Amino acid sequence: MYTQGLDSPGREALHASSPDTAALEARFQARVDADEKIEPKDWMPEGYRQTLIRQISQHAHSEVVGMLPEGNWITRAPTLRRKAVLIAKVQDEGGHGMYLYSAAETLGISRDQMMAQLLSGAAKYSSIFNYPTPTWADVGAIGWLVDGAAIMNQIPICRCSYGPYARAMVRICREESFHQRQGFEIMMTLARGTPEQRRMAQDALNRWWWPALMMFGPSDAESRHTAQSMRWKIKRFTNDELRQQFVDITVPQARFLGLEIPDPHLRWDEASQHYVFGPIDWAEFQQVLKGNGPCNRERLEARRRAYEQGRWVREAALAHAEKQRQRAAQAA
Amino acid sequence: MSARLEYVLRLADTSLVLGQRLGEWIGHAPALEEDLGLANLSLDLIGQARLLLTYAGEIEGRGRNEDDLAMSRDQSDYRNLALAEQPNGDFGHTIVRQVLIDAFQLELYEGLQRSTDARLAEIAHKALKETRYHFRYSAGWLIRLGDGTEESHRRVQGSLDSLWRFTRELFAEDDVDREMASAGVAPQLADLELRWSAHIDEVLKEATLQRPADVPYVWHGKRGQHTEHLGYLLAEMQFLHRAYPGASW
Ligand SMILES: [Fe+2]
Ligand SMILES: [Fe+2]
Repeated sequence: MYTQGLDSPGREALHASSPDTAALEARFQARVDADEKIEPKDWMPEGYRQTLIRQISQHAHSEVVGMLPEGNWITRAPTLRRKAVLIAKVQDEGGHGMYLYSAAETLGISRDQMMAQLLSGAAKYSSIFNYPTPTWADVGAIGWLVDGAAIMNQIPICRCSYGPYARAMVRICREESFHQRQGFEIMMTLARGTPEQRRMAQDALNRWWWPALMMFGPSDAESRHTAQSMRWKIKRFTNDELRQQFVDITVPQARFLGLEIPDPHLRWDEASQHYVFGPIDWAEFQQVLKGNGPCNRERLEARRRAYEQGRWVREAALAHAEKQRQRAAQAA
Repeated sequence: MSARLEYVLRLADTSLVLGQRLGEWIGHAPALEEDLGLANLSLDLIGQARLLLTYAGEIEGRGRNEDDLAMSRDQSDYRNLALAEQPNGDFGHTIVRQVLIDAFQLELYEGLQRSTDARLAEIAHKALKETRYHFRYSAGWLIRLGDGTEESHRRVQGSLDSLWRFTRELFAEDDVDREMASAGVAPQLADLELRWSAHIDEVLKEATLQRPADVPYVWHGKRGQHTEHLGYLLAEMQFLHRAYPGASW
């Protein structure tokens, strides 16, 4: 994952343009309209750059923080095959973080700067990773629902106007769909297992369903910047459109598993050919974004601890590289 | 238990326990690159363990598969080297443990490629390729840390001093080793020791680290005499299997 609430351009985007930049902007918009890819060296409006930096870095942070809730189960995976698959999955998420940091770096921000923003709490990451993973079924539910929602969010970004982001996303989406299938397979094994395993699966669905719906970000009515991001072709569908698509695809999957979606208002609407679902608790969403979710502290502290405890290692690597450079210079 | 079964379990358990330890790092490493690097090592080791445990189950002939063996044996039935079960400590400590075992597995799998046991030879062939990469990774880091800053040098020298006492076990030959070597199943441990020692000396020299003196006490994890750490590792690894007997996952 995992893009979310990413439709908020920086303040820079709201600057009035001078006559010179107006012409550049017009040309830029024409290229975007013609579905040309914008590349790092091309001229781009400052707002476009800042929006992308924010979105891509949030996305990268989400991948990296997202390693934690599932990583939590690596040492306790129930079989060696599941353990290997989970390690590979968490490793993929780290890889996604790396491609995305690289993509963001093409816009003129360094990975160190982005890391500092994450660790200081200034940068956001997807709220979904602030929920706990107390049982093995959570690993299944995350793969099925969270990676599933991520795919829905990210497939359109494969056609994003910014070349490096679009290209990173093609590779990432391929892996996310693999994760989604693995997660679903875990859920299926549990749903067809013992009564305790079934209960575990249902409990995980109960806890992850609503947070998964929140991953698509605030409703369109609340989301002020969607229009600009759509014009720039950073975004192709609105939050509500993507959320609806996710519900329509996921509800039949839950039925197939024999699990119940925890929404008493959920029903199929023949007229619109969509599922209608109950109200989302946006107050909870806002609280999690503000840092008051169940695991916000734990997640950030884990990242900070890894960073602090790794400092001497990174310093040693730099010092060694410098010694090597000096030795090479002396030998030459 | 037949000597062959004992021997295969020693190989399997060492890889499994080390892979499990490395798995603890993922998401908590000093840099994203190291999260990925340690995950690679962990995955390879668990992959080796699965092949070896499956083979052990076949030799045993009681219908136990890799998970039965991994998840339901208690610590005294585990046959891994005690070095593999030592806690991760800091990144440098993990790297020291890794270098010591990688250099051992490198020579072990090299020898096992020529085993009279075709199954072991086949597994060793695959594992050797992986282990070459592991050793490059761990030795590369030990050199960087040893010949890095004063702090990093001090830390890894301390880890080396602390873990060295577990290296005697690698070459402490017993009846199982002798029987396997004389049947041409396993390489001679005395030969491995010479080559292991050469690898280690070479890396330590480049890392500007001192080779510690050998200590008299020999752990025998491979005979089921483990340090206090293995029980906790297994309690964590086996928890679901034990909490929900008979469930399949
Ligand atoms: Fe991902
Ligand atoms: Fe994923």
